[in-house]
Amino acid sequence: MKTTLKPIYLTQLHPGDNCKVNKICAGYNATRRLYEMGLNTGANIKVVKNDIGPIILSLSGNKIAIGRGLAEKIIVEN
Amino acid sequence: MNTIALVGNPNSGKTTLFNALTGSNQRVGNWPGVTVEKKEGNFKFNDVVYNVVDLPGTYSLGSFSEDEIVARNYILKGHPNVVINVVDATNIERNLYLTTQLLEMGAKVVIALNMIDEANTKNIKVDIKTLSQKLGTPVIPTVASKRKGIDKLIDEAVELINKDIDYKANISYGENIDKEIKSLKGLLSKKNLDYPHQWIAIKLLEGDEYIYQMLNENDTLKNQIGNYELEIIDKRYEFINNISNLTVKLPEDNKETLTDKIDKIITNKFLGLPIFALIMFAVFELTFVIGEDLLGGIIGTGIEILGENLEQLLIYLSSPIWLVSFFTDGVISGLGAVVEFIPLILVLYMLMGFLEDSGYMARAAYVMDNIMKALGLQGKTFISMIIGFGCNVPGVMATRTLEDKRDRMIAILINPFMSCGARIPIYLLFISAFFPNNGGLVLFSLYSLGIIVALLVAKIFSKTLFKGEPSYFIMELPPYRLPTPRNVLRNMWDNVSEFLKRAGTTILIVVTMLWILAILPMGVEPYSQNSLLGGIGTFIAPIFEPAGFGTWEASVGLFSGIAAKEAVVAILGMIYAGVEDGVQLTQAIQTAFTPLSAVSFMIMTLLYTPCAATLGTIKKETNSYKWTIFSAVYSFVIGWIMAVLVFQIGSLLGFS
Repeated sequence: MKTTLKPIYLTQLHPGDNCKVNKICAGYNATRRLYEMGLNTGANIKVVKNDIGPIILSLSGNKIAIGRGLAEKIIVEN
Repeated sequence: MNTIALVGNPNSGKTTLFNALTGSNQRVGNWPGVTVEKKEGNFKFNDVVYNVVDLPGTYSLGSFSEDEIVARNYILKGHPNVVINVVDATNIERNLYLTTQLLEMGAKVVIALNMIDEANTKNIKVDIKTLSQKLGTPVIPTVASKRKGIDKLIDEAVELINKDIDYKANISYGENIDKEIKSLKGLLSKKNLDYPHQWIAIKLLEGDEYIYQMLNENDTLKNQIGNYELEIIDKRYEFINNISNLTVKLPEDNKETLTDKIDKIITNKFLGLPIFALIMFAVFELTFVIGEDLLGGIIGTGIEILGENLEQLLIYLSSPIWLVSFFTDGVISGLGAVVEFIPLILVLYMLMGFLEDSGYMARAAYVMDNIMKALGLQGKTFISMIIGFGCNVPGVMATRTLEDKRDRMIAILINPFMSCGARIPIYLLFISAFFPNNGGLVLFSLYSLGIIVALLVAKIFSKTLFKGEPSYFIMELPPYRLPTPRNVLRNMWDNVSEFLKRAGTTILIVVTMLWILAILPMGVEPYSQNSLLGGIGTFIAPIFEPAGFGTWEASVGLFSGIAAKEAVVAILGMIYAGVEDGVQLTQAIQTAFTPLSAVSFMIMTLLYTPCAATLGTIKKETNSYKWTIFSAVYSFVIGWIMAVLVFQIGSLLGFS
């Protein structure tokens, strides 16, 4: 189902929120690295920490820290 | 000989497994042409020796970094008889991504499903039999840190070596891509290539630069072929998910783990940095107390006795005086100065290894990312800086994990400001002469100053020489683990033996050269101002006048420090007291320096030109003489400015 709503960026979520990766609009190398780390289309992620500094995500229980600049380029859906 | 290659993600326990397999039969070297460390070892099984090659830990086998290229070239061209793929049982999906790439290569793979005990504790259930069936590879549960499952793993690997099978990964990349692969394979079949055609076809569709270059194809081919890279990654994960849905059961409820609890404190926005500072302070304090106070003295006395006995022996054998002088003044004093500080370096490396293995290093990078970003760098740079505390050579090499070239250049250039282990003896000498009661504090301040200068310089570089956006920060935060003593000690030993090797070769040569300079021209009193060495010192000395140590003796010390920092104390010892170390030297230093000039001298040694070994590494890593010379000169200038500032301002404030 396509939504026409405004895209939600990873940085807008709160700790404890669950979401799915929809699209990554970062540069070529960064996108590839995120994909390879398991943040590919449809991956289920949970936000662990989002205050200052990099955002910490949990990907099936494993933590990954992503710089804010990059996290702003990750579009997610609930 | 049969060769087994070890492949796995970072933090999968690959090194622990390597140690468990090979025990003490290891050697460390470099992969030809690159500065990636190559670890090899062997073990005996049923009277046959098997060679084990530990490949760099990677998430993927693309051409993203030197590590990845080294790993995949070895698998394809080094023709290992079997590949052991270490898979973290608590993180199967992500780890299997690397596995799919091994399968694409047609390698014979055995999976070591490592840390299975941790998976059990976390209530992760794995159907090993089905997993093995679906992947088409043996899967052996292991706990490398407790040496569980190792025998079974060896059994399977050896059995696979002797089996004659052709592996075919049955990953479908979707109708479109599968068709492209097929037509590319047709195109490639005319060529005689070292690599499997199926694999090359996939890599071409992924837009792999390395492969395009290797095929020496013009751009027309590249334009004909679409780039399906992200789809291919998605499809690999689809393949993995189909398998993991059948075989892996994650716990329903996400209970808060111990790691989560610790992280809440350690990565807290207010507590993170103070905790980091506290941990670093504790590391240096412990290094100082255990390494110097407890153990350093014992070894120092031992060396002194050895030197005296050797002198007696040489005189007894009626050796010529120059030979006696060479051994006692040159060799024993030079090596002695180094050996005495081994306990210190042992302790420092042990604590660093502990932090690394426990998972704290990644958190340090995380808490530092904010500050580093403000300075135009990223958190990971800080790890190479911390490693530089041990020795700048591995510190400079550790910048390889930075994918952005600009980030990397800055990280290389600032690394020598991280005070390495070899500079500690210099500080200790001056501390014992002037600040015996505040040793830990002085050390901590010097290290902090090194960090501050490094960060400021980085900021300036990122605004001037290397403009641009800081690269992205992606980093795994592995669960906290209690490091096994075996691994910590092993790591410590690897580093210290490297240090000793250097002491035994480079430093010996340096000390010999300096000794020759010290006794020439013939007939001069050794280590006096009239010797060649004294002449060099006298010539340089005026430069250091504004910094408060414009004596030929101090200049000679600094001069020898460019060859090797370890040589500074030994040379000062010979010049001032005719001894390699000890009370006499401390007393001589007390008369030759003032507390203020001691501080400015320590700051100079902290910041000025890196040692020859580090400069050599910078040359290798940057592949540029220009940057190497730049590094040597600009750090000297900064060291000089800081030393002068401290001395002049200190004098104005009435310190002496």
